[in-house]
Amino acid sequence: MKVTKGSANDARPLPKLVASCQTQVLDGMEVANITSEEVLNARKGVVEFLLINHPLDCPICDQAGECHLQDLSFEHGLADTRYEFERRTFEKIDIGPYIKLHMTRCILCYRCVYTAQQLTPERVHGVIGRGDHAEISTFIEKAIDNDFSGNVIDVCPVGALTDRTFRFKSRVWFLKPMDAHRNCEKCSGKAVVWMYGNEIYRVTGRKDQYGEVHDFICNTCRFEKKALEDWTIEGPRDIDRHSVISQNHYENKTVTVK
Amino acid sequence: MSRKLLLEHAHIEGINGYETYRKHGGYRAVEKALKNMAPADVLEEVKKSGLRGRGGAGFPTGMKWSFLAKPEGVPRYLLCNADESEPGTFKDRYLMEKIPHLLVEGMILSAYALGANTSYIYIRGEYSWIVFILEKAISEAYAKGWLGNNILGSGFDCDLYVNPGAGAYICGEETALIESLEGKRGNPRIKPPFPAVKGLWQCPTVVNNVETLAAVVPIVNEGGDNYARIGVGRSTGTKLISAGGNINKPGVYEIELGLPMEEFIYSDDWCGGIKNGKRLKACVPGGSSVPILPHYLVTKTAAGENRLLSYESLADGGFESGSMLGSGGFIVYDEDQCVVRNTWNFTRFYHHESCGQCSPCREGTGWMEKVLERLENGKGKLSDMDLLVEVAKKIEGNTICPLGDAAAWPVASAIRHFRDEFEWHVREPEACMQRNYGLVKEKAEMA
Repeated sequence: MKVTKGSANDARPLPKLVASCQTQVLDGMEVANITSEEVLNARKGVVEFLLINHPLDCPICDQAGECHLQDLSFEHGLADTRYEFERRTFEKIDIGPYIKLHMTRCILCYRCVYTAQQLTPERVHGVIGRGDHAEISTFIEKAIDNDFSGNVIDVCPVGALTDRTFRFKSRVWFLKPMDAHRNCEKCSGKAVVWMYGNEIYRVTGRKDQYGEVHDFICNTCRFEKKALEDWTIEGPRDIDRHSVISQNHYENKTVTVK
Repeated sequence: MSRKLLLEHAHIEGINGYETYRKHGGYRAVEKALKNMAPADVLEEVKKSGLRGRGGAGFPTGMKWSFLAKPEGVPRYLLCNADESEPGTFKDRYLMEKIPHLLVEGMILSAYALGANTSYIYIRGEYSWIVFILEKAISEAYAKGWLGNNILGSGFDCDLYVNPGAGAYICGEETALIESLEGKRGNPRIKPPFPAVKGLWQCPTVVNNVETLAAVVPIVNEGGDNYARIGVGRSTGTKLISAGGNINKPGVYEIELGLPMEEFIYSDDWCGGIKNGKRLKACVPGGSSVPILPHYLVTKTAAGENRLLSYESLADGGFESGSMLGSGGFIVYDEDQCVVRNTWNFTRFYHHESCGQCSPCREGTGWMEKVLERLENGKGKLSDMDLLVEVAKKIEGNTICPLGDAAAWPVASAIRHFRDEFEWHVREPEACMQRNYGLVKEKAEMA
């Protein structure tokens, strides 16, 4: 984001581009977002850099259809890559019985690390190494053993952390997301169940329009309650019209035009 | 020879011990400050001296200190950045190894000026033996009452600790240094808030380079005005330059800022000319991250003026035809050196040292390294130069800390000034493996 006018008191523009999520808004501040050539160029650059070491395995990736990187590259990316060297690859790792870590797809956003540090009392999971040879890792491949560990799957923007109980079961756009809840002693019990017919394929947390998780849910709700009678179904989840997941499923909520 | 302020006594046997240091006027400045001066007076002297940060950015130290927030009931910290890891720079190492007490003394003075009761020296892990030298100096200072509680009866308490890093260039960035000192992964923080407001453990913090803190000693001894008389314009005082490369006398020199580049490279008092009577090809005047200068821009600026060793003169011409004083890692190349190989080497360093927090730096440095490796080994393409410039441009300015810029500048400047040589590597892949390109031609000559 380009700040074209600092504030009412100090009209000087900021010299560097800034991240909108961490810049304090000041009175009279003026910003240029998609109207600034510089910003678009910089974003395009970042997407290109992100894709350098990311495999193009979307056809077999569980995250496809709800992947932030996919959306970003659709928005800014080029059709081909200028990178002509070998990409980094890793073996897949099981961290615990529920989570699969596939580092090859990781874009090192650190979201899972921050989430785990906020949610869990012990630090069992972090980043090792630095630069483009850094890895997300548990403490010497020790399993993440915690009631809320499954939330790292929800915050992962790409398919690096996936649900082992759901891997390769279905493409997400074939499933219908439904708001549902259950009485849970560990968490709020408010979740989204992803259904095909009357079968629940997977359970995730509820996310808002920006992809932020509302309520973190526990592992019991996420991984072990997959029977229809476990849940009270509230109704179809409101999914953004532009998302592939909304395709062929629902009409939008009726909005009265005045 | 010009005046020496920092290394005046460095040659004396035993100066790293307390007794000898004291005999040669050591801790005089602490005595003077703590007995006769208020903290604000010390700050005022530093402001008057015009001292600028010696770590690379050259930010006026007095101004930095006056930005320090002073909320009630919150401790303030002074950190010494001894994580000197820039290729080509080794001045702090020399200073700490030879006269560790000078740094200790400078830190006591600075801590007094800032009202910081706890100070840390964050030293790079590779300087493992210097940790012991500093610790010995600190324990001597404690024993003689220069550190600890109520120093010289002034009521000022000061504790000083040495903390070795684990060996990472990125921890020389001030916020990464703070993170590392807190025991976390050394990733730079997003600014603002600046360390002067929220630094170490969320308290106001000042981070200064070793040489900057040491320079406070002569400033207090001689007075800020006298210090400001040395040097030219806004580049005041003396600067340690660690000269290396193809010169007859490599080493650490203390110069008065404003010394002509020509004199520094060719005079027998300093570097003593290029080794084996060869010709100068290029010069990196301030450590690996500053733009490289081709031979025709080293001693003269693009405008034809004499180039001086000062912040302003080296920056003359901006990125087009200038460079920066940086941290004073002075590297000289003779006509037999290969700029492509050198650029590859620098980029390999930045690739290895990038913390990986921001995508442009994490992925871009690796990409540039691979392209440069290909070029150096005669497997490049003519389009690679434009690709490198493009990648460097995408990195520059789009990262949290300056490591991305530092990685991009040497590549961009090398291609700007030495494009012929890069293209020669592509056109004559066999020849580039056997011999070197030689000198670049000045633009005027080519026309």
